[in-house]
Amino acid sequence: MHALAKKRHHKAAPLLLVVVLLALITAIGAFSATSATATSEASADDIADGERLFAANCASCHGLDAEGQDGVAPSLVGVGAAAVDFQVGTGRMPMQASGPQAPAKPVQFTQEEINQLAGWVASLGAGPAIPTAEQVDPALGDAANGMEVFRTNCAMCHGSIGGGGALTQGKFAPSLLETTPTHLYEAMLTGPQSMPVFNDANVTPEHKRDVIAYIDAQRAGSPGGLSLGAIGPVSEGLWAWLLLLGLIIASTVWVGARSS
Amino acid sequence: MGAKVNSAAAGTANYVDERTSIGGFVKFFARKLFPDHWSFMLGEIALYAFIILLLSGVFLTAFFVPSMTEVHYEGPYETMHGVAMTEAFASTLKTSFEVPGGLLIRQIHHWSALLFVAAIMTHMCRVFFTGAFRKPRELNWLIGFSLMVLALAAGFTGYSLPDDVLSGNGLRIIDGVIKGIPLIGTYISYWLFGGEYPGVDIIPRLFTAHILIVPALILALIGLHLFLVFLHKHTQYPGGGKTHKNVVGLPLFPVYTAKAGGFFFVVFAIVALVASVFTINPVWNYGPYDPSPVSAGTQPDWYILFVDGALRLMPGWLFGLPLEWEILGYTISWNILIPSLIIPGIFFAIIALYPWIEAWATGDKGERHVLDRPRNVPVRTGIGVAMIMFYVLLVIEGSNDIVASLFHLSLNDITIFLQWAIFIIPPLSFWITKRICMGLQRKDRELVLHGHESGTIVRHENGEYIEVHTPLDEQEVWLRVNYPNHKPLEIADEFNDRGVRRKGYKWDRFKQKLSRFYYEERVEPVTWEEYQEALHHHDHGPSAQGEAEAAEAQQADAQLTNEWDKQDKAGAADK
Repeated sequence: MHALAKKRHHKAAPLLLVVVLLALITAIGAFSATSATATSEASADDIADGERLFAANCASCHGLDAEGQDGVAPSLVGVGAAAVDFQVGTGRMPMQASGPQAPAKPVQFTQEEINQLAGWVASLGAGPAIPTAEQVDPALGDAANGMEVFRTNCAMCHGSIGGGGALTQGKFAPSLLETTPTHLYEAMLTGPQSMPVFNDANVTPEHKRDVIAYIDAQRAGSPGGLSLGAIGPVSEGLWAWLLLLGLIIASTVWVGARSS
Repeated sequence: MGAKVNSAAAGTANYVDERTSIGGFVKFFARKLFPDHWSFMLGEIALYAFIILLLSGVFLTAFFVPSMTEVHYEGPYETMHGVAMTEAFASTLKTSFEVPGGLLIRQIHHWSALLFVAAIMTHMCRVFFTGAFRKPRELNWLIGFSLMVLALAAGFTGYSLPDDVLSGNGLRIIDGVIKGIPLIGTYISYWLFGGEYPGVDIIPRLFTAHILIVPALILALIGLHLFLVFLHKHTQYPGGGKTHKNVVGLPLFPVYTAKAGGFFFVVFAIVALVASVFTINPVWNYGPYDPSPVSAGTQPDWYILFVDGALRLMPGWLFGLPLEWEILGYTISWNILIPSLIIPGIFFAIIALYPWIEAWATGDKGERHVLDRPRNVPVRTGIGVAMIMFYVLLVIEGSNDIVASLFHLSLNDITIFLQWAIFIIPPLSFWITKRICMGLQRKDRELVLHGHESGTIVRHENGEYIEVHTPLDEQEVWLRVNYPNHKPLEIADEFNDRGVRRKGYKWDRFKQKLSRFYYEERVEPVTWEEYQEALHHHDHGPSAQGEAEAAEAQQADAQLTNEWDKQDKAGAADK
C-alpha cells in the first residue's frame, strides 16, 4: 500500500493516466465498432474499398454520397450494414431494371465485397448491423412459437409457410423457403421494398429467431409428399384436374377402346 | 373338381333364389345392354370417387373428434408444440402424424373429393354437349344437377371440419355471404353458428351434415340416378343401325361387369398413387383456427373458387355510386349479394332448367336416345362453351393472387381485365363456337357430297386435271346426314278470325323467339335428292372403279335409301 501511495505522486502519473484513458476510449470505440459490424469487421481499408465499389456500382442511382435521388433511389445513410448485406447478398441490388419490385437474382459480388460495401454504408450513419450466427441459429429457436409469430405477422403476404404470395400492382412477397437465416433476420430488421420493418420492440430478437426456426422446419419438406409449391388449394385443384382426372380419363379411353 | 365347385355354386345360387326370387333380377341385369364409349365412363368415375370417399371417410370418423373444446397440442409435430387448438384440429393432426396410414387415408379422402366434383362436372359436360338430357331424361338431369350441388356441399362441409386457419377463413366468407342476405341474413348466421361467429357449435353441426345428411342424400340420389339410367336405357352415339328405338351394345355380364369392376380399381389405384405422392390440405401448415390471421393463398377448394372469384371481381363502387345501401336502417350489400348469391343463383338455375329451355325452343316431343354430335346443335354447344368460359374466368379471378405471382402480373390489372372479360369473353366464345360448329357441318356436307380427297390426281385425255374423290362409306354418310334438323317454330296468329286475342300467345311468342335464336341460322343436312344428284354427277368422272365395285356401291346405296327413309318415318312418328 505504501509503495502504491508513493507511486501516486510519481511525476509521470498524469501522463500515464492520459495514456490509459486514451487506450480505454480506443478499446471501447473499437469494441463498439466491432459490435456494429460483428461479422464484417470492416477496417479502414475495407471501408475505402467499399466506397470505391459503391461509386462504381451503386452511385449512379443512390448518388456518390449515398444520399439517394428523389423518385429514383432512397438515401442509404443510416440503413445499416444489415440492409446492404440483404439487398446485395440476395442479388436484389444492383437492380437490373426498374419495375414494381427488385427481384432476387444471382449475387453480383463476393461476400468480401458485400462486407466492404456494408462497412462503408454503415460508416455513413448508425443503423442495424448484420446479425451474429447465434442470433439466426434455427436450432436455438422455438419453431412452435415461430409459427404463431409468423402467421400473425408474415403469413398474410408470404403465405402460411412462406411459399410467397402476390401484393398489389405487380409487387409480391417472395418465397422464403430458399432464403438463408441471416437474410431472413435482416429482412425482418430492415423491411426491404414493400415489407414493413419489424424492429426489436415489435418482434423481439428471440421471436425473430423463432420465426427462422419455423421457416427452417419447413425446409425438410411436407410430411404428405411433394408440396405443390405450398401455395394452397389452387395448385391442388389444378393437379386434381390435370393429373388425377387426366390419368383417369386416359384410362377410360384405354378401357373403352378395347372392345369397340 | 370343377364340376364339384360348379354344383356347389349352383346349389348356393338355387338356395338363395328359392328364398328371394333373385334369379329374375340377375337375369335382367346381366342381359341389360350398354353401348360402349369411353365418355360413358365419366359418371362412373364420379361414382367410384364417391365409393372411395365413403370407404376412406369411415376410417377418418374413427379418429376425428368433432369438438371445439380447447386443448394444447402434445403430439410429435414440432411446430405445433404446446399450441392451443380445438380438439377437431388436434385430432386431425393426430390422424395425420400418429395413426398408422392416417395421413395417406386423409390425402386419399381429400384427393378423391376433388376428383368427385371434377368427374361430376366433366360428366355433366358430356351429357350437355351430346344432348343426353333430352326427353325422357330431363328429370335425371335434374337429379344429376342436385348431385352436383350436394357434392359442393359435401366438399365444403368437409373442408371446414379440421378447423384450421384456411378452412376457418372459408367459413368466415360463407358467414359474410349469409349475413349479406337482406333482413334474415344475420338471423340465419346466428342460428347456424349458435350465436356470434365462430362460436363452439359449428364443427359438430358441420360434422353431422358432412358424414350423415349430405352423404345420405347423395347415396339416395345416386340410387335414383342409376335406376333411371336402367329405366331409360343408355343413350348411344349416332351411327348406322342406331335409332331412338334400340340400344346397340354389349350385355352387362360378363364384359361390362368385368370392365366396370376393374375400372374401380384403376380409379382407386390412381387416386392412391396421387395421394401418396402429393400433399393435399397440409393443415399443419395453416395452424389451428384463429379469426385474426389470414394468410396469402387463402382459397377454397377449386369447386368453390368461382364464388370467391365473383366476390373478388365485384367492385364496391360502380360509376361513383356505392353498392352498399342503407334503407330504413337495413343495409343491403349489393357488392356481396350480386356476386355470391344472385350470379351463382342465375348460373345454377340456367343449368338446372336447361333441358326445358331447349325443349321450348325445339318444340320436340319425341324421345331422343341417339346422342347429338355437338356440331349439329351449334347454339347449344355455343351456350355450353360460353358457360364454361364464364365459370373458368371466375375461377381465374378466384386465383388472381396465384396467377399474379406465377406470371409476374399486377393483381390489380388481372382484376380489371377480368371485370371486362366476364362480359366480353363468354358471348365471344359463344359466337366463335357456333361458327366453328357450322363450319364443321359444312365440312360434313362437303364430304357427303364430294367424298374424301384421295390425293390422286388424274389427267384426262383433253388435258384437264382433276383430283379423284373417294366416296364415303355407308356408315360415314349415315353419321353426317342423319340428325334432327330443327327449324324455328311456327306459331298460330295472335288474333283469331273474329279478332279475339288468343290465350297463351305471349308464351308462344317467347318460345318462337327462343326457337329463332336456336335454329334461324343453320346448315341443312344433305338430303337424299342432293346425295343422289352428287352421286350421279360423280358417275361422269373417270371410271377408276371397276364395274363390280360400282355395283357394290349401288347396293350399299340401296340399303342406305331404306335406312334414310326409315329414319324419316321414325322422325315423323315422333312429331
